[in-house]
Amino acid sequence: MRNPLPLWSTISRRKSFVLAAALTVGLSGGLAHAEEEGEATEAAGDETIKVGVLHSLSGTMAISETTLKDTMLMLIEQQNEKGGLLGKQLEPVVVDPASDWPLFAEKARELLDQEKVAAVFGCWTSVSRKSVLPVFEELNGLLFYPVQYEGEESSRNVFYTGAAPNQQAIPAVDYLKDELGVERWVLAGTDYVYPRTTNKILEAYLKQNGVADEDIMINYTPFGHSDWQSIVADIKQFGSEGKKTAVVSTINGDANVPFYKELGNQGISAEDIPVVAFSVGEEELSGIDTKPLVGHLAAWNYFMSVPTDENDAFIETWHTFIEDEDRVTNDPMEAHKIGFDLWVKAVEKAGSTDPDAVIDAIVGLETKNLTGGTAKMLPNHHITKPVLIGEIQEDGQFAVVWQTDEEVPGDAWSDYLEGSKDLKGDWTDPVNCGNYNTKTEECLGAEAAE
Amino acid sequence: MLGLLLAVAVVVPVLNLAVPEGHPLHVSTYTVTLLGKYLTYALLAVAVDLVWGYLGILSLGHGAFFALGGYAMGMYLMRQIGDRGVYGDPVLPDFMVFLDWQALPWFWHGFDMFWLAALMVVLVPGALAFVFGWLAFRSRVTGVYLSIITQALTYALMLAFFRNEMGFGGNNGLTDFKDMLGFNLQADSTRVGLFVASAVALALGYLACRWIVTSKLGRVAVAIRDAEARTRFIGYRVDRVKVAIWTFSAMLAGIAGALYVPQVGIINPGEFSPLNSIELVVWVAVGGRATLYGAVIGAIVVNYGKTYFTGAFPEAWLFALGGLFVLVTLFLPQGIAGLFRQLKRRRSGAAAQSAAA
Amino acid sequence: MLVCGMAWGQSAPELTLEQSAIGAVSDEQSAPMQPSVLTDAAAESGASASAEAALQPEAAGARDTEATMSGTTDRTAAAAASANDSAGAVSGAEVPATAQEQQPPASSQAAGAEAPTPDEAVGTDSAGDAAAVASGPEPPSLAAALAKLTDRSFKVKEQAAADIAASGDPRAAEFLKALLEGDLYYRRDDNRIVYAERTSGGWALTDALTGDDLGSVGSRDARKITINNRMRSALRTDIAALTLASPDPAQRLSAAKEMMGDVDDTGVAALRAQLAQEEDPQVRDAIELALAVAGLQAESPAERMAAVQALGTSLYPEARNALDDLIGTEQDPAVLAAAEAARADMAQRVKNMRRLETVFFGLSLGSVLVLAAIGLAITFGVMGVINMAHGELIMIGAYTTYLVQLAMPNAIDWSLFVAIPAAFLVAGLFGVAIERGVIRFLYGRPLETLLATFGLSLILQQLVRTTISAQNVIVENPSWMSGSLQLNPALSLTFNRLYIFVFALLVFVALLLVLKRTALGLQVRAVSQNRAMARAMGVRSARVDALTFGLGAGIAGVAGVALSQLTNVGPNMGQAYIIDSFMVVVFGGVGNLWGTLVGGLTLGVANKFMEPWTGAVLAKILVLVFIILFIQWRPRGLFPQRGRAAEG
Repeated sequence: MRNPLPLWSTISRRKSFVLAAALTVGLSGGLAHAEEEGEATEAAGDETIKVGVLHSLSGTMAISETTLKDTMLMLIEQQNEKGGLLGKQLEPVVVDPASDWPLFAEKARELLDQEKVAAVFGCWTSVSRKSVLPVFEELNGLLFYPVQYEGEESSRNVFYTGAAPNQQAIPAVDYLKDELGVERWVLAGTDYVYPRTTNKILEAYLKQNGVADEDIMINYTPFGHSDWQSIVADIKQFGSEGKKTAVVSTINGDANVPFYKELGNQGISAEDIPVVAFSVGEEELSGIDTKPLVGHLAAWNYFMSVPTDENDAFIETWHTFIEDEDRVTNDPMEAHKIGFDLWVKAVEKAGSTDPDAVIDAIVGLETKNLTGGTAKMLPNHHITKPVLIGEIQEDGQFAVVWQTDEEVPGDAWSDYLEGSKDLKGDWTDPVNCGNYNTKTEECLGAEAAE
Repeated sequence: MLGLLLAVAVVVPVLNLAVPEGHPLHVSTYTVTLLGKYLTYALLAVAVDLVWGYLGILSLGHGAFFALGGYAMGMYLMRQIGDRGVYGDPVLPDFMVFLDWQALPWFWHGFDMFWLAALMVVLVPGALAFVFGWLAFRSRVTGVYLSIITQALTYALMLAFFRNEMGFGGNNGLTDFKDMLGFNLQADSTRVGLFVASAVALALGYLACRWIVTSKLGRVAVAIRDAEARTRFIGYRVDRVKVAIWTFSAMLAGIAGALYVPQVGIINPGEFSPLNSIELVVWVAVGGRATLYGAVIGAIVVNYGKTYFTGAFPEAWLFALGGLFVLVTLFLPQGIAGLFRQLKRRRSGAAAQSAAA
Repeated sequence: MLVCGMAWGQSAPELTLEQSAIGAVSDEQSAPMQPSVLTDAAAESGASASAEAALQPEAAGARDTEATMSGTTDRTAAAAASANDSAGAVSGAEVPATAQEQQPPASSQAAGAEAPTPDEAVGTDSAGDAAAVASGPEPPSLAAALAKLTDRSFKVKEQAAADIAASGDPRAAEFLKALLEGDLYYRRDDNRIVYAERTSGGWALTDALTGDDLGSVGSRDARKITINNRMRSALRTDIAALTLASPDPAQRLSAAKEMMGDVDDTGVAALRAQLAQEEDPQVRDAIELALAVAGLQAESPAERMAAVQALGTSLYPEARNALDDLIGTEQDPAVLAAAEAARADMAQRVKNMRRLETVFFGLSLGSVLVLAAIGLAITFGVMGVINMAHGELIMIGAYTTYLVQLAMPNAIDWSLFVAIPAAFLVAGLFGVAIERGVIRFLYGRPLETLLATFGLSLILQQLVRTTISAQNVIVENPSWMSGSLQLNPALSLTFNRLYIFVFALLVFVALLLVLKRTALGLQVRAVSQNRAMARAMGVRSARVDALTFGLGAGIAGVAGVALSQLTNVGPNMGQAYIIDSFMVVVFGGVGNLWGTLVGGLTLGVANKFMEPWTGAVLAKILVLVFIILFIQWRPRGLFPQRGRAAEG
């Protein structure tokens, strides 16, 4: 291949230095300018309280996270209409971490350090949370994390408003086991930490309940897996051996559509082998032709179809805000609503947005959830949630077929994992520790060293 | 270029540490870390420019070497956490504890020693590049074929590192680092230290590359780039030259990765993604291919743009980024560096005219 | 009801409650958590079971279990419903509005149950019929059963479905099918059961029982009768029993299969009766097998032996399981030996079928790769343009399918035939625009085209996000793309994969013909081999370039139509295919269509054969490593281009 460039630039080195210098100085000037802007708004910011929104608006996660950004804007607008908070208006600060995990950390730092936001609502994937966690702990920020996750974490600076495994996975398995008489289990998931941990917990739980090794099949696939032929054929074979079989799916996002299509095409219906999914909600279904999915199950803490007044009002506000009657609501949106309500209450109680004051004030506060119960912030920074099991209907909604009577408290550390069964999180005095070993009565990890 | 770099390396820390917060000249730690990240990207871009600009190998897999260096450093940082992990296990990193692993995998041994980790930062990418290059260049795989298989390489590594069985933390990667060589990573002084280290590494890397391209080796490399067959017929061992420069470039990328990880605080398989590798080729193209300082400028400009646009116009930044790539290739085939040259030529042309008149 | 009865019987209700309560309560905060089933069960066993037992003694046992099994959202509704059941049984009356939100407590409802107001047609019907029911063991009335479908409780609905099946009404199967397929609605103001058809402003209703046209109502005035999994399964069995004598052989076949491994004496009698008059060989087969499976439980060894022999060659999983059961319990050594031999034989046959299946899976994966890559083989292989926006052209094709389906919502089955040319044109035009706007300035600089097209791919993705949606969109499968071609019970080929395989071959052949047999193809090859010479011969190379790129882009669009049938349609879908496509083209040999075909199919089959051993991820990694090593061995791919052009 020919190259049009000469061997070495004809430009003199001194000239290049000057030009590069000019460029770089201009650049740093730009950065400095950005900083000044930040400070300027902060100076004027006596009238507003800034709220950070850290959701990917581009890249692979934009599909799920854009909606949450809109939800936050709606909640903030609503609060401002009610007169704001502490007599000040709330001001959303939206940034785009672009589904890029290191960029999440950078943007979190920008929100806390430059924008001086009072709280951040954001993240979806576990890795994005892990990426920003040290930043929030270092700069003492507040993060409200709205998605169901694998547990095994309790940070002083993070509030987990999504489900822990005991608020989703285990009740779902109970339902299959007791109500549908399932005896053989396929644990299928995408190969990342949430499915791995959830499946580990479920495997331990099933074995405790007398399920034999050969009645459990575990399968992991890469992100965005699209060719499910062999795996579905294996599941079919596995399920044809006389015992009632079910699939517990922690398959993530995009891989679900081809998976369900393949199930349908290979003639596996929900009656033969039901699939209970933890990552398939209304939002995901709105991009799927639901015919092959009808009758399959999902376990969540909220469904759009739940008939309560609070939910109707929420859906109506959402439709007005987004100006689209066809948009759905889903579980992480409810989690954001609960998280936001709790934060507002905590700020009002503490009389300030200071993170330490809010952390102290928020534990024990309650707010109504959208399914007719209450959500309470627990000392381990998880909340209480009801568990609902829904069957997918043809219109992309869920018909609730089972639900717990009372809210289940979120458990940060699973009782079914060797390493964590003795741990608990408690951010109230006197424990004040995210990973407190109840046997040795000591606080493990970084807090211990300090 | 170098002078400026060193000046920045001195001025920024002073402005951060000595000037009180609130002062208009104060540079926040956020900016320091951000600049530090840009500098590691710049070093990576220099490494890419060395093989692409001067050797004619379009690598679509340099992100892999960068990530490998990053992982080696990440493993050291993980081991430094010790019993401060959430489970308080003195040896095993957290992700191994909750996957119920009993012992440390063999390849994690020794990474608690900084010197070994530092060696691995260079050796692992270097060894991979050497084996890959040795195979590919001896079989005379060139042009697009080579580009595509470098892409296959980084793609395969990405899939491999995503697997939790690999023992590198799967999708979550390595994170939650505490300290490095005894310094707390969250302290401002450590961050400034890392920034200075990045600036120094960039300066040294830049010098080394300049030495290579101005040496006889560099001239042979350019000859290979422009007419590989002819160079071979003249009697040069083309494959050896290629392997040598290619391996060196991979090592540089590894160092860049090692400096990148403690500053951003996470390394995960996403760094292996082929799109990342393509993007860094674009930095070089934007800056100006075959000019080492152009690579530095390109890396900084594009990343600054990314930081700015993702904050200011979150929904439009892909348009801006995409548009930039198209416009640069169409109208600035020699990048920003080429633009400077044109300006200069025009000015000297004008000067010559006015002198004639 | 057979299948369900057995499945339900497997877990004892008391155990159920304890286990789920223990399982879900955490140690940190021990809040009580009990499924709402508890209340249902209590209410049910107290209030209605005895009353129902009086009515239908033989069903009472099953009913008990059933009551504990149903889950429901609304306790009030469930309790009211169960009270309602008993009221119906005692007084012979129905309370139509059981599902209203604020019901009085169950006990008062039961006591005060009254016949509905006479002006409600359904209510009147059911009151009359229910009186008949109460007077003797006659089959339940269709109308009464239908009325119960409007209940919110799935348990009540399930009973209603069972009643419909037992009603003996000739329309029963029709109603059950409508229920199963979600065609049954009820009018909100009077709970009348109707068929509803979507109109622009709402629903056009037809009375389900009488067929009367009820005019149109608003979109919120008619509601679908929702069913759950358990009901679906029960419905299918009920329908099977009702359709074993159906005139449609496909229905008889599915009915026979449904009954396999799960028949009682009456079922056996029904099967025998049907066998005697059955003419369709497949159905005969299935019925014989169902009988043989039942025969394994016969008293005499000779009968069991005969059954084993009849099963011997079957590939039905039920047959294998039945044999497994027999081997576990069989006392007679001769029968046991025969059963074991038959079982081993079956295992071997199934294994062979699985192997064939894997080949099909591999070819199918390969055909997807070929489709995705073949457009690239033109733009990259023939023109030397590294088109990173290729994936986005595929995406454009898929979105075109989406838009076509939006435009013709009532003819989804035909939409693909419109979408294919449409996608070809739309993506092709995008391709021509890209070529004219960007790429033509970059000829001779292939690596620069990579950068520019990468920028274009980002722009196209974001364009779709802002103009259509960041969310995935729904592309429906035409009915003929769903389901599978059942070659035998152990081997079925899914239609969508089958058609896409054939489609990939068709596209390949068409492209080959275009390149080898048309004037355009000749010019394309000429320009790609020697641009200057071709121009000297009078070829308008600019036009040829634009058309070639458009052709490649158009083919990518067509691939997008096919992929929309397999996977998500969203802004990111292109990225998933771009790397694989490049691998296929490079592996096959740049500039050679045959290479792309052979390369794609080989990689697909290799991947699928490795997958069972290594898992999906490792298989893919190994394929990539294989490609890297293969290129070292043959630097120009499987089918290298020869001659001077190759050196360029």
